[in-house]
Amino acid sequence: MRRVIQRYFSRVWLVAVFLFLYLPLLFMVVFSFNSTRQDAVFTGFSWRWYEALGRDTKIVEGFWLSLQIATVTGVLSAVLGTFAAFVLVRYQRFPGRALFSGMVNAPLVMPEVVIGLSLLLLMVGVQRALGWPERGFLTIVLGHTLLGMAYAMVVVQSRLLEFDRSLEEAAMDLGARPLQVFLLVTLPNMAQAIVAAFLLSFTLSFDDVVISEFLSGPGVNTLPQVIFGYARRGINPTIYSAASLLIAAVSLGVVAYSAWVARDARRLAKDARSADVAPRDGQAVHTGSPRP
Amino acid sequence: MVETKRLNTSLSVGAPFLQIQRIVKKFDDVFAVDELSLDVSQGEIFALLGSSGCGKSTLLRMLAGFEVPTSGQILLSGQNIVGLAPYERPINMMFQSYALFPHLSVWDNIAFGLRRDNMPKAQIEERVAQMLDLVQLRAYAKRKPHQLSGGQQQRVALARSLAKRPQLLLLDEPLGALDAKLRQQTQLELVSIIKQVGVTCVMVTHDQEEAMTMATRIGVMSEGKILQIGQPAEIYETPNCRFVADFIGSVNLFQGRIEVDALDHVVIATQECKHYASCGITGAVGMDVQVAVRPEKMALQTAPVQDAQRESLAEVGYNLARGVIEDLAYLGSLTTYLVKLEGGKVVRVTHTNAARHNASQLTRGDCVYVWWCASDVVVLTS
Repeated sequence: MRRVIQRYFSRVWLVAVFLFLYLPLLFMVVFSFNSTRQDAVFTGFSWRWYEALGRDTKIVEGFWLSLQIATVTGVLSAVLGTFAAFVLVRYQRFPGRALFSGMVNAPLVMPEVVIGLSLLLLMVGVQRALGWPERGFLTIVLGHTLLGMAYAMVVVQSRLLEFDRSLEEAAMDLGARPLQVFLLVTLPNMAQAIVAAFLLSFTLSFDDVVISEFLSGPGVNTLPQVIFGYARRGINPTIYSAASLLIAAVSLGVVAYSAWVARDARRLAKDARSADVAPRDGQAVHTGSPRP
Repeated sequence: MVETKRLNTSLSVGAPFLQIQRIVKKFDDVFAVDELSLDVSQGEIFALLGSSGCGKSTLLRMLAGFEVPTSGQILLSGQNIVGLAPYERPINMMFQSYALFPHLSVWDNIAFGLRRDNMPKAQIEERVAQMLDLVQLRAYAKRKPHQLSGGQQQRVALARSLAKRPQLLLLDEPLGALDAKLRQQTQLELVSIIKQVGVTCVMVTHDQEEAMTMATRIGVMSEGKILQIGQPAEIYETPNCRFVADFIGSVNLFQGRIEVDALDHVVIATQECKHYASCGITGAVGMDVQVAVRPEKMALQTAPVQDAQRESLAEVGYNLARGVIEDLAYLGSLTTYLVKLEGGKVVRVTHTNAARHNASQLTRGDCVYVWWCASDVVVLTS
């Protein structure tokens, strides 16, 4: 008995964890193809809810709005987060550094409800005083960027900390002005981290409900808000199909990215191997052995 | 500042090419470089040698323009360059980590500096090809730095720092990142390339062997100051102070007092023996001095030393001690013996293993005579 447990425990455990993680998703995907509104009995396969999804202007509009907000948020967060990271890593001593560092990091630990509520109060106050901004696209972007920037900063900061400063010195030594150093050497070597920061804050913004709920105006609803609203009013398999499509898109994206990374790694390995082999043009090449 | 022309006859005769004048660099309250002056003439390979934290790197970084001196001047062919930014100086540096741009190919790395000067494209191509030939990496032009071996990366870094034909080349621990075997080959290779180009060169190293092999002159640094400047042999054979003697190679030091001060020699009494030194030092009788003898200058034998073995009869009875071999280490080309003298002091003696089977094998516990020549005794007053 004990041996049986020892033998199968890890496998059973693994299956249990995967079921826990993915069974709900699977369930939802299956029921998005259900032919009736039933949520407990699968009555037959149909594309019905996917067709309904195309006709549902609320979901479609919400999707485009979320996409736009997430894109703008991603760009703003990546840019501002990069600036903040540079300030914190490169300037070790300036008045208010500790305060600045704390303020930039605060959104990471602050409950989102608190952020949302306080931003709402601020926006209402500003709107009353200046007549602007109307709650909607702009206010949601501002709220999301506040959060996204903090995450972006952490990502860029960690890359910047391990960045070899002598690369910048070498560029300067070879005649590059400070701006050229940044554009030609620093930025290309930071690009990966900045793209990662963009993707992170994009995702953060795309599935955010709390801040959007506080900062959206009448008639402006992001996709998560729409789905949330539907779910509250009872079962509607249209949102199953919407969610299923999102899962499909994300999975495809992840698979494509991994394939791209794997191909890159293979190419690097190949290059590294060929680096040790003498080139084809027959020219004698010196590889570290003493010259005759 | 664009392309720097090789300096030739325009330099007034006699004036050193690079003059460092009373330069000081303070970090907070600590002197990294302390009123240091140094002249380097054209075509020289000058090595700053010292242990870490002695200020040699700070000095190099001030030459490159990455650090601003607290006070003092740096004159390059008569012009003060202290106020110039790194990108305005006709000086290029090869970094210890090579600092090759990882996102650029070998070709683009070498062309980087030329492009900053807006050199015409055809000329850039010609110059890069020339540099690639110089370091024998033509076939690797399209590789990225991470696809090269350590030695190849080092050569790319050299090519990149020479591409702009700088007036002064700075090398920061040029071979520090290579493994020991590769280092020896590369030292001579590097020197031959630098000589071929004819550029004046200041290098920084903590490795005395590297400095000795590569440099025409060496400056030994400690605590922000240069203690001694000289050719490698000078520094090794006639160190001017205890620090230099100890830092370069190993040395046996005896503490003693001058007993006789004659025209052609001095006699110094130490606890272990009486030293007879023929080199030109004078000092008052009774003065406290130190005697330094290099391990390879000492001879070992079990039989008593014959008078005929000595260089001159005047030395007989001096520079001689008895002891017991306490330990020995066979290093292939050499054997190092640790000999405990009668006074209790342990001296280090090295022997070249010239013959394959040494007839008179000395081992632990053997009683031996240790002796050396009057001309090999170095007397240090500080």
